[in-house]
Amino acid sequence: MVPGGASVPTISRIGPFRGSTTTFGALIGSGFRRYATYRQATIAGTFTNTVFGFLRCYVLLAVAASTAGGQPGGYDARQLATYVWVGQGLLSVIGIWGWTELADRIRSGDIAADLLRPVSPLVAYLAADLGRALYAMLTRFGPPLVAGAIFFPLHTPVRWQTVPLFAISAVLAVTICFGCRYLVNATAYWLQDARGPITFWTLCSGVLGGLYFPLRLLPEEFTVALWVATPLPSLLQTPLDVISERDGPALQAGLVALQVVWAVVTLGLAAWVQRRAERRLVVQGG
Amino acid sequence: MGELRAYAALAGAQARSAATYRWSFVTEMLANMGGTVFDALAVLVLFRATPTVGGFSLREAVLIVGLSSAGFALADFSVGNVDRLKTYVRAGTLDAVLVRPLAALPQLLLMDIPLRKALRVVLGFTLLGGAVVINDVAWTPARVLLVVLAPIAAAVFFSSIFVSSASLAFWWVDSGEIGSAFTYGGRDFTAYPITVFGDTFRGLFAYALGFAFVAYQPALALLGRTDPLGLPPWSGFLSPLVAGVAAVLAAVVWRAGIRHYRSTGS
Amino acid sequence: MIVMRDLRKDFTVRVKAGRLRRHKRTVSAVGGITLGIERGEMVGYIGPNGAGKSTTLKMLTGVLTPSSGEVSVCGLAPVPQRTRLALRIGVVFGQRSQLWWDLPLRESFALLRHVYRVPAAEHEARLRRCRALLDLDEFLDTPVRQLSLGQRMRGELTAALLHGPEVLFLDEPTIGLDVVSKQAVRSFLAELGAGGDVTLVLTTHDLADIERLCRRLVVIDHGRVVHDGTIEALHARYGSRRSLVADLVDPLPEGFALPGAAITATEADRHRVTFALEGATAGAAVAGLVAAVGVRDLSLLEPDIEDVVARLYATPDPSDAP
Repeated sequence: MVPGGASVPTISRIGPFRGSTTTFGALIGSGFRRYATYRQATIAGTFTNTVFGFLRCYVLLAVAASTAGGQPGGYDARQLATYVWVGQGLLSVIGIWGWTELADRIRSGDIAADLLRPVSPLVAYLAADLGRALYAMLTRFGPPLVAGAIFFPLHTPVRWQTVPLFAISAVLAVTICFGCRYLVNATAYWLQDARGPITFWTLCSGVLGGLYFPLRLLPEEFTVALWVATPLPSLLQTPLDVISERDGPALQAGLVALQVVWAVVTLGLAAWVQRRAERRLVVQGG
Repeated sequence: MGELRAYAALAGAQARSAATYRWSFVTEMLANMGGTVFDALAVLVLFRATPTVGGFSLREAVLIVGLSSAGFALADFSVGNVDRLKTYVRAGTLDAVLVRPLAALPQLLLMDIPLRKALRVVLGFTLLGGAVVINDVAWTPARVLLVVLAPIAAAVFFSSIFVSSASLAFWWVDSGEIGSAFTYGGRDFTAYPITVFGDTFRGLFAYALGFAFVAYQPALALLGRTDPLGLPPWSGFLSPLVAGVAAVLAAVVWRAGIRHYRSTGS
Repeated sequence: MIVMRDLRKDFTVRVKAGRLRRHKRTVSAVGGITLGIERGEMVGYIGPNGAGKSTTLKMLTGVLTPSSGEVSVCGLAPVPQRTRLALRIGVVFGQRSQLWWDLPLRESFALLRHVYRVPAAEHEARLRRCRALLDLDEFLDTPVRQLSLGQRMRGELTAALLHGPEVLFLDEPTIGLDVVSKQAVRSFLAELGAGGDVTLVLTTHDLADIERLCRRLVVIDHGRVVHDGTIEALHARYGSRRSLVADLVDPLPEGFALPGAAITATEADRHRVTFALEGATAGAAVAGLVAAVGVRDLSLLEPDIEDVVARLYATPDPSDAP
């Protein structure tokens, strides 16, 4: 590490800010290109997300149809459809599932090679993940949404700030999701095999993130507690509530602000865990 | 007999391997239990908002979920790991399997037997038991037989779906998540009264693929309800037959897949 | 023991042509191999990457179905009679483990006894022999994932032999091993082959394996056999020559010639000279040289098999010609 590096606002260990942003940009590009080679998997994944979109949308609409007033959890039918279909697209952008790269490299010992690079693994993986998300945004976000728009009436945003807020919220969701996945994978430093924590994460992130049903269908105190005490609703529930305009403008913006807090907390925690793990590796010799 | 002992030995080895990662095993097992709990909770959550969904009450819906999740958990426990076939094809593990003196499919299944999913099976059947108790079923010998056979038939059906969609990897190694659309998608589809789905979508999943006979039709037969979608009352008793047909098709697909693999390599 | 008659394997590959179009093209990985291997033979099967070595081995072990031609191993047809054949052959894929990653070697072996249905006494006897010859004892209780590559390979060899196979197929058994482990593996295989009842087929990139182990060498290139015979026959056929390297007291005079030997290199201001022996015996050449110039040091080099094989690979493929 660079001596006294802590006081300089750098994001990599090489030094000046300009150099770092170039490195960061290059890493984002590499993440983008790497996922661009998985074209067939992209098609397969899009198909699957669309099928699940139909399943979820029909169920929620059936609930709305038999609810008195037709607004379960405060969403009307159009808002529910928007919630489901934007969610099916956003799902692969934030990439909740399937990232075990860090855990695999820790298990196989390849992580040692990452530690030799002048960029911290956290920064390198974050950049690659942003590249991946960008690619997914361009390829996997649209198709389920189009399918949804063809078969169901969707809600069109009425406030000018909704779409830009959604964009910010999506980027924050990607970052928070990355921070969480990094933490989950990093348990492999101590457990050798992170399969358990990863399964646990897969389970909780889907349900408590708002994928299977809008969390607003739960008792209100419970939903608020989840939102404040865990980063999970910030993954999907927040961006989806933003785009479907479930709340008034103030709460809509407030939820995004809460995401900012969670992004800082999860990344900070990940950095701290990484430092602890490195120290441990150095002491124990891997 | 010798072969059975060999398979038993493979399963034992797998259990010992899993035991070396004790913490991961425990968390995975808990997570899997949680999965079943969440499946059931998701249904409860929806019924918080409304007394009926698709014309079915909560009690009736729980019976459908119970049948679906008992069957799915059993299938996932016994053959669910076959969805790792694409990894095996890519890594060449399948070659190592093919040079051993045992059949390929059982070996693959035993290579990574998901003991962690065992409790899920127990939970699934507990849910089903509870659902049978809370619904006033007018018991007849035929219904007693059906309540025993239906979850087994559901498990056979889901297993066939697992095997066929995994076999896709023999032709298309990069098939990625596409299999989940039918395995996990099928589970989600069967967990609800199929009256909630749109006509075309329902026609495809329920009747063309046969998912209606996993939970929905047997549940109607147990409850003695007429099908709002118009199938005759005895159609629920067809579920073992449908499962049998699915199993035969899956075996054909698997064999064709192995043959294709052997003629093209990986 | 092993018979291949005009064995072929063709693959259909899709070749990109433009952005969306794909051509189908048939590539022949193994293009008609006819070969017979007798009981107890030790055959080295070599060729450059992509020559069809592994494909042949996969067809012999029942993993791949041949496109055409006949193949039989131990009198069985590999693919239709796969499980019966599996009981009679042993296979080691150098880069793919047959062992259980998380279990100690000892347990993997016990498990294989069940898989291959070996009587306990036989199993014990074979394991004892392997333990002694391969020094397994010190890591028998270590989980496979913690073994070094050399240790693991020794474990793989044992695993392939516990059911007493008649034929042993080894795909790159020494790849990536350190010198000591290579030696251990080679002497073990040599010992095994000396018994004369195990037929051994090995593919390798390390020609030292072949020189140490195999009397018979089969070289394939572009899916065809380009040489089948002893190493000596290979040298004779490709005119490999022994060479004589001499360090001289004074620089070699211009125009110097030695009967029956050609100068192939001069170094260090003509103080060191290399002759290739063409017809002259080593004795005659040395005598002739010593008589003509002052010699400080002499060495005689055997022909280098690497060179021969490299030359063999470099010759163009006849089937590629238009």
